[in-house]
Amino acid sequence: MKSKVLIALLLIACAAALPFATDALLGRSWVRLLDFALLYAMLALGLNIVVGYAGLLDLGYVAFYAVGAYLYAMLASPHIGMHWPIWTLLPMGALLAASFGAVLGAPTLGLRGDYLAIVTMGFGEIIRIFLRNLSLTNGPAGIDLIDPIQIGGFSFGASHSLLGWDLPGIYSYYFLFLGLTGVIVLISNRLADSRIGRAWAAIREDEIAAKSMGLNTRHLKLLAFAMGAAFGGVSGVLFAGFQGFISPESFTMGESVMILCMVVLGGMGHVSGVIMGALLLAILPEAFRPLSQLQQATFGQVWLDPANLRMLLFALALIIVMILRPEGLWPSPVRRRELHEDDDASPFAASTPGHSQ
Amino acid sequence: MSALPQGQGAQSILLEAQNITKRFGGLSALDQIHLSIPQGSIYGLIGPNGAGKTTLFNVLTGIYQPDSGVFKLDGVPMKGTPDQICAAGIARTFQNIRLFGSMTALENVMVGRHLRTHSGLFGAILRLPSQRAEERNMMLRAQELLDFVGIGQHANQVARQLPYGDQRRLEIARALATDPKLLALDEPAAGMNDTETATLGQLLQKIQAKGITILLIEHDVKLVMGLCDRVAVLEYGRLIAEGIPATVQRDPRVIAAYLGAEIEASSEGGSG
Amino acid sequence: MDIFLQQVINGLVQGSLYALVALGYTMVYGIIELVNFAHGEVVMVGALVGLSVIERMAARGETGWGVIALGILVAIPSCMALGLGIERIAYRPLRKAPRLAPLISAIGVSIALQQLAALIWGRNYLHYPEVLANPQFHLGGAVITQVQLVILATTGILMAVMWVVVQKTALGRAMRASAQNPAVAGLMGVNVDRIIASTFLMGSGLAAVAGVLVGTYYGVGNHTMGFMLGLKAFTAAVLGGIGSLGGAMLGGLLLGVIENLGAGYLGALTNGTIGSNYSDVFAFLMLIAVLIFRPSGLMGERGSEKV
Repeated sequence: MKSKVLIALLLIACAAALPFATDALLGRSWVRLLDFALLYAMLALGLNIVVGYAGLLDLGYVAFYAVGAYLYAMLASPHIGMHWPIWTLLPMGALLAASFGAVLGAPTLGLRGDYLAIVTMGFGEIIRIFLRNLSLTNGPAGIDLIDPIQIGGFSFGASHSLLGWDLPGIYSYYFLFLGLTGVIVLISNRLADSRIGRAWAAIREDEIAAKSMGLNTRHLKLLAFAMGAAFGGVSGVLFAGFQGFISPESFTMGESVMILCMVVLGGMGHVSGVIMGALLLAILPEAFRPLSQLQQATFGQVWLDPANLRMLLFALALIIVMILRPEGLWPSPVRRRELHEDDDASPFAASTPGHSQ
Repeated sequence: MSALPQGQGAQSILLEAQNITKRFGGLSALDQIHLSIPQGSIYGLIGPNGAGKTTLFNVLTGIYQPDSGVFKLDGVPMKGTPDQICAAGIARTFQNIRLFGSMTALENVMVGRHLRTHSGLFGAILRLPSQRAEERNMMLRAQELLDFVGIGQHANQVARQLPYGDQRRLEIARALATDPKLLALDEPAAGMNDTETATLGQLLQKIQAKGITILLIEHDVKLVMGLCDRVAVLEYGRLIAEGIPATVQRDPRVIAAYLGAEIEASSEGGSG
Repeated sequence: MDIFLQQVINGLVQGSLYALVALGYTMVYGIIELVNFAHGEVVMVGALVGLSVIERMAARGETGWGVIALGILVAIPSCMALGLGIERIAYRPLRKAPRLAPLISAIGVSIALQQLAALIWGRNYLHYPEVLANPQFHLGGAVITQVQLVILATTGILMAVMWVVVQKTALGRAMRASAQNPAVAGLMGVNVDRIIASTFLMGSGLAAVAGVLVGTYYGVGNHTMGFMLGLKAFTAAVLGGIGSLGGAMLGGLLLGVIENLGAGYLGALTNGTIGSNYSDVFAFLMLIAVLIFRPSGLMGERGSEKV
């Protein structure tokens, strides 16, 4: 017990020191990258509830991110002229996204996995097309001059001095996002280890058996979907306040796929794995950027542009992970068991049928 | 011999199936099935392979919808999805064991308790005292059920790693966790040897003693004849005989359906 | 009436292209119960490979349908190889895995192909060279071009050939058996692995033809063209009844006609508020509607899962 507390304190200390260390070693832009990485971590944790816990493949998750972002953008900027505070807009964003999730999920969560994937993909695209074409959302130009996040008099966007140092907004945002990520982690863990979490696991393993034991699978799936959507909405609100401007191009299907990749690569259903996946995939592409400069210097042109390769590598990662290590890089022991059925089956056990949907 | 008191006048009927028909394409899997299962009995459903026994189960538990006919539980017409029917009081096990393989035995049974408990999102997230109390109760009850079926010591073992016979018993424990009125078991003795089958028989009698009615699909004729209060025989989707085991055993149509050998052999050496 | 006839003609042409692609989706789904997300990308590869060939020929001064035919002839084996590779590498290892795994792998393949195509052909919209004099004919009050006629004829012939193969040949019988019950088919001596590979082969071949024809018809090729096209073809397959060949053909034609009639009239009716930028939304909504209200499609069977 004591060691657990010690490890936790250590982690918190590291997390608190991280932005300073990064700034010193790599520069300010990397701290900003950390902030984005945390946003992605929140998104990945949200998708983890849908894909990892309930086993539903959502390919249009970015739509909920967009809903949250646009809500904040429209109500906290000169766009309409409203400037609502974060403590109203954050829960509103969560609720609005959850409602979108419920509306999408209600008719479609009974569909087979393949069909659900396509339908959610369609939904994601539909949202983006509407955002790009409606004048309400300012079309392709997006919304600019969004208010930074403010709590009380404290503006997260402004610089603050701490112990004599002048710390720009990216530091404040870092700790805000870190704290909220921690809350989401706590919620995820509690959900997993509860009656609802067990029910989701049951549905994931064998939906028909789950139904026959009285589980209202429709209801439970909807719950997972709405919860995941809510987290997406929260991230969206934060994103809009943080970046200061948004446009439909931030919410493409490529983003949905990347978030999926974070969950899958990191470890479906395992909070730590998912966070690791998010940090990895948010940061690695930046880490490869020097490669193109290197190529430019040595060869005079760029043969392989990491920016272009990014999506390709994500896609290949999805395939390779599924074939070689479907439980991800850092799985929970339960999940590893689940995905390697044949390995440890009792010699006396009748073969359990394939997981049916 | 079963524990059902003899000579009881008009027994209340727990499950009544009237005129159940189910077609797949041109094939009648079930053809006008009538069934009356008395409350508190152990009721056997036998017949050659493909006779429609599991199909009848699937209709009774809402996995299929019948093309015509209705069945009533305690006089209430049953219709709906498997989870609704389970909530009304029918729980089942499966021919091919459908456990939640990578969860522990205890967790499997706890999922069975889901139906009769309520803590939801907020309880889980906020860890309210009522939620924590409910979790404790679920665990205790689940352990109780595991002990009841005889695998209490395996509570924390992964379900898939349990020996075959224990997996079958786990499935029964999970079904019992839903507090059913009717327990429908699909070939629970399949693959078991004589000792295990006898133990299973004792377990079923224990369950009956608790007032739960049991509907049993089985191929093990000795088990069926020795345990069941009444037996129904299906062949090609039709009910060809129904009654107390001794009578059904001697019914020429039943003998013909099974080609005689198995039943006659068991009636020589079986209990009377 | 003129508009109507014109839209119907256009719809049938577009629809027959959908049908060709839909056949690939439906055949694969029928056998391994997986939506081959990458199928649209195979069409795209066919279109772009064909484009490269036709470009080369056009640069040499060659024109005419022979050039197109050559493009198709090169595209076909390319796409077949691609289809086989996809099946072998990304799907076959996951046949026994939980449902989610092959799905995710399929998404990965789809995107990987898109990105690879972008690496090879770039991200710009590419022009299909004009190598055809495209005479027009008058039919009723409407116009039908030579390209449209060729498309109708080609797809018609191919669909007829597919029909014959599946219904009348031993291979077709083996395919149908594997679709019904792979385990039993295997016991009867059918090499199910080989049948699945053949299914991918045929679907990819059709995709190649469709790709080049689409490129020729619309005049453009791009690494993203597979996405919407694949989605619409999949909608057609579901509309007609997934797993049913006749359904895929019917669904394709129907979808094409509906889409063209819709586009033609909807814009006029709403005074342009609902314009062509929403046509993709329309396609998605159709898909969602079919999946929710009639998932077995027009010609599909209402199946129950074996428990």
